[in-house]
Amino acid sequence: MSGTGDRLKEIVARATDRLAKAGVAGDVVAVESDSHEVRVRGDEIDFVKQARERGLGIRALIADEGGTRSATTSTSDLLPDSVDRMVDETVALARATAPDPSAGLPDAGFAADLPDLELYEDADRGVAVEARIEDARRAERAARESDDRITNSEGSQASSDFSEIAYGNTAGFLGAYRSASHGLYAEPLAEANGSKQRDYWMTVSRRLDGLEDAAAVGRHAAARAVRKLGARSVKTCEVPVIFDELNARGLLAQAAGLVSGYAVYRQQSCWADQLGENVASDLVTVIDDGRVPGGLGSKPFDGEGLATRRKKVIDGGRLETWLLDSYSGRKLGMASTANASRGLGGPPGVGSGNLWIEPGHSTLDEIIAQTERGLLVTELMGMGFNAVTGDYSRGASGLWIEGGEIAYPVEEITIASNFKDMMRGIDRVANELLWLGSVASPALRIDRMTVAGE
Amino acid sequence: MSQRDDPPTSAATAVDFFRDRFGLDENALAASLGTALERSVDYADLFFEYSTQDSVSLEEGIVKSGSRHLEQGVGVRAQQGERQGYAHSDDIDVESVQLAAATARAISDQSRDPGSVAVRRHTSAHDLYPVALAPTDVPVQTKIDLLGEMDAYARSLDPRVKEVMASVICQYRHLLIAGSDGRLAGDIRPLVRLNVQVIVGDGKSMEIGYQGMGGRYELARLLAPEVWKPLVDEAVRVGTLNLDAEACPAGQMDVVLGPGWPGILLHEAVGHGLEGDFNRKKTSAFTDRVGERVASPGVTVIDDGTLAERRGSLNVDDEGTPTQRTTLIEDGILVGYMQDQLNARLMGVPATGNGRRESYAHLPMPRMTNTFMLAGTDDPQDILRSVQNGLYAVSFGGGQVDITSGKFVFSANEAYKIENGRIGAPVKGATLIGNGPEVMQRISRIGNDLELDLGVGTCGKDGQGVPVGVGMPTIRIDGITVGGTQG
Repeated sequence: MSGTGDRLKEIVARATDRLAKAGVAGDVVAVESDSHEVRVRGDEIDFVKQARERGLGIRALIADEGGTRSATTSTSDLLPDSVDRMVDETVALARATAPDPSAGLPDAGFAADLPDLELYEDADRGVAVEARIEDARRAERAARESDDRITNSEGSQASSDFSEIAYGNTAGFLGAYRSASHGLYAEPLAEANGSKQRDYWMTVSRRLDGLEDAAAVGRHAAARAVRKLGARSVKTCEVPVIFDELNARGLLAQAAGLVSGYAVYRQQSCWADQLGENVASDLVTVIDDGRVPGGLGSKPFDGEGLATRRKKVIDGGRLETWLLDSYSGRKLGMASTANASRGLGGPPGVGSGNLWIEPGHSTLDEIIAQTERGLLVTELMGMGFNAVTGDYSRGASGLWIEGGEIAYPVEEITIASNFKDMMRGIDRVANELLWLGSVASPALRIDRMTVAGE
Repeated sequence: MSQRDDPPTSAATAVDFFRDRFGLDENALAASLGTALERSVDYADLFFEYSTQDSVSLEEGIVKSGSRHLEQGVGVRAQQGERQGYAHSDDIDVESVQLAAATARAISDQSRDPGSVAVRRHTSAHDLYPVALAPTDVPVQTKIDLLGEMDAYARSLDPRVKEVMASVICQYRHLLIAGSDGRLAGDIRPLVRLNVQVIVGDGKSMEIGYQGMGGRYELARLLAPEVWKPLVDEAVRVGTLNLDAEACPAGQMDVVLGPGWPGILLHEAVGHGLEGDFNRKKTSAFTDRVGERVASPGVTVIDDGTLAERRGSLNVDDEGTPTQRTTLIEDGILVGYMQDQLNARLMGVPATGNGRRESYAHLPMPRMTNTFMLAGTDDPQDILRSVQNGLYAVSFGGGQVDITSGKFVFSANEAYKIENGRIGAPVKGATLIGNGPEVMQRISRIGNDLELDLGVGTCGKDGQGVPVGVGMPTIRIDGITVGGTQG
């Protein structure tokens, strides 16, 4: 850890000490980040943005008859006097809330070791803004030069973010780690015969040298935009639907929401009574692992200081575990799975670490070839998903498949079903994982959905 | 202050607040702008923010936790041509502002003699939402008591109510904006919001019902039972209604949209496409179409940031430009775009007071304020009777649009079949998808019942969320794709 990490830890320790002196339990998280972000359109710089941000989140937990009272506060003012004032305010606010028997710090399992998860590369620290501008420029140029139907662009964006996170609590845990994230995103416009389409491609990594080549990102984005040209609607029908890897990860993220302890105890999950049951087809195995080296969802300890670990969430279709922090765990009579996520702005919640569906054996092309008539979804729109009932209906665009081959692009259609049926109806899992964030899935085929169009 | 007996406006109070608390007098502001202007830039501005937000939420019958957040900082921006440099800092002191200014100006490679900038206070055109008591200063116990009453009331309404979640969120933001053209604008923005969500179950299935309201006014208004009880009634009504709802039909059909919140149609189908940045860059489906027909005759769409106390209203936008009422579509013809300062300058048109940002940590962009369609003359009942078979959608969740292709989508959380001109069975999971410019030209009837929404909208663009309002009378659309499961 650098001196900065020590400084953040000192601030955290000062706040937890003050909580303890007031006879109160609690925890404190501090974040400091340096970031820059640039956007280029054509050859011109659109914006250059630089920021240094920091913040402190405090939680006070006051044991009382019948349970524990709690409150959280956050501030971007880290001066010692301000921190002291904020701690006192948190304690006062907690006294106003009702005692809750499930509230409190975790009972055990704090991270004893903080392995180096390769979340940060020192050499990247010196990256010049100019170098990232050049990355964005190369993506723009490659998109434009790859096809003369690329006529315009929303721009290509590059960003680098370096963060330090420190967390401590009155149970004696104090830890800190550094992480970095670099990204490149391109969004070109294609135009032909009066049809205008945009699409995007991106790459994200903990290390600059882990990014996909900028020109490749631009070309990939361009190809996605061009293939949408001339899209039309289709007649309403029921067909197999393939989610490409961009959109399959969205499905998995929705499934993660259904297994969050909070959704379960609040009965806001259509899987709330399905633990131990077959919720997905036997082709589906879902892993959550907070300690994958270099993983975009990796961290040595969770938002409550617990050591992160690997677990099977779904094993061959069978739902094995909820994702829990200590609070939602107590609500359900279970131990935390070290999945607490903690922002500055509130109490802990549940989040996955690196979450993925285990790849299968066929390529996406083979799955398409095995589809007599169906839809390959390349973009989804809107929020038509009801977690309580599982009802699912979203706007879509993509590629129509006839006779096992891509026939033409489609748009202005919706796909609908129930999420429970969709997960059980997964009948193909492709063999490639693409990491664009902390959640990843291979392309998936769902045996049957209603496609609404003309 | 040279004002005489006038009560201090929000603008003046905000200017004084930053001067007294952070020493940001006119000289300090001018010096920082001068630093930003040491390179050849067209424009530079400073945006200072000091915000407090608190929220209290209830579940399982108790308020388990409260929270309070302080956010302060400054964003410094320099513009040259189409380029913008932006830097922000959590410290509001002269040194940090100077450093940020030096970073922001780095987009320009030519140095020049900065000359001098004189910032002077300009009187704001409006004072749309003064409050005597900041909502964040209302004692937390008052908020806790309110939520407790709502919980008890919801459970008393229907035995099928299994769980109640309610929250009250209060925000109070002080803003100060200084620009290199000499502008100095301040604003104090209160914002309150009350939400209630119920989980209902009848042993066979579970459903969720939600209702919320809010705006830029005193929290006291939401504390009145005649205000919050109807919210709870509505959440329980929608939740239990959906318990018995049928699967939604799929395919193209005639649709009637109810008044108020369904105005999200305008927000998605045309609003975003009429934001200045997309049109300057020529990436919108509405690019270069001013003067053309983009909607049916009778359709007039307005964006108005000057409505008193509305969630989407602003005295000045986040660049210090006074807000205004802007006609976007008049009788079906596209007449104008919404502009921030940068895109207005590059397109050679006036700024319209639509330059908005989520906070000091974000660059401004052209954004909507309150966007609505003016009332027509049709009786809403006649409109329903005019449809043989179709869908009547009363309330919606979220929506989304692809600016370039014009495709938009939004999801109904209260909808009914229309059978032989009559409202039939409730249906669930209805998603509407269409092409903005096409759908707007398929509006065949416009009701006389314009309503604005209750004040719950948040619009997301480029990762920035800002509060907005929408509104619409009852309308009929001839033929739009409805995404259900019943083919």
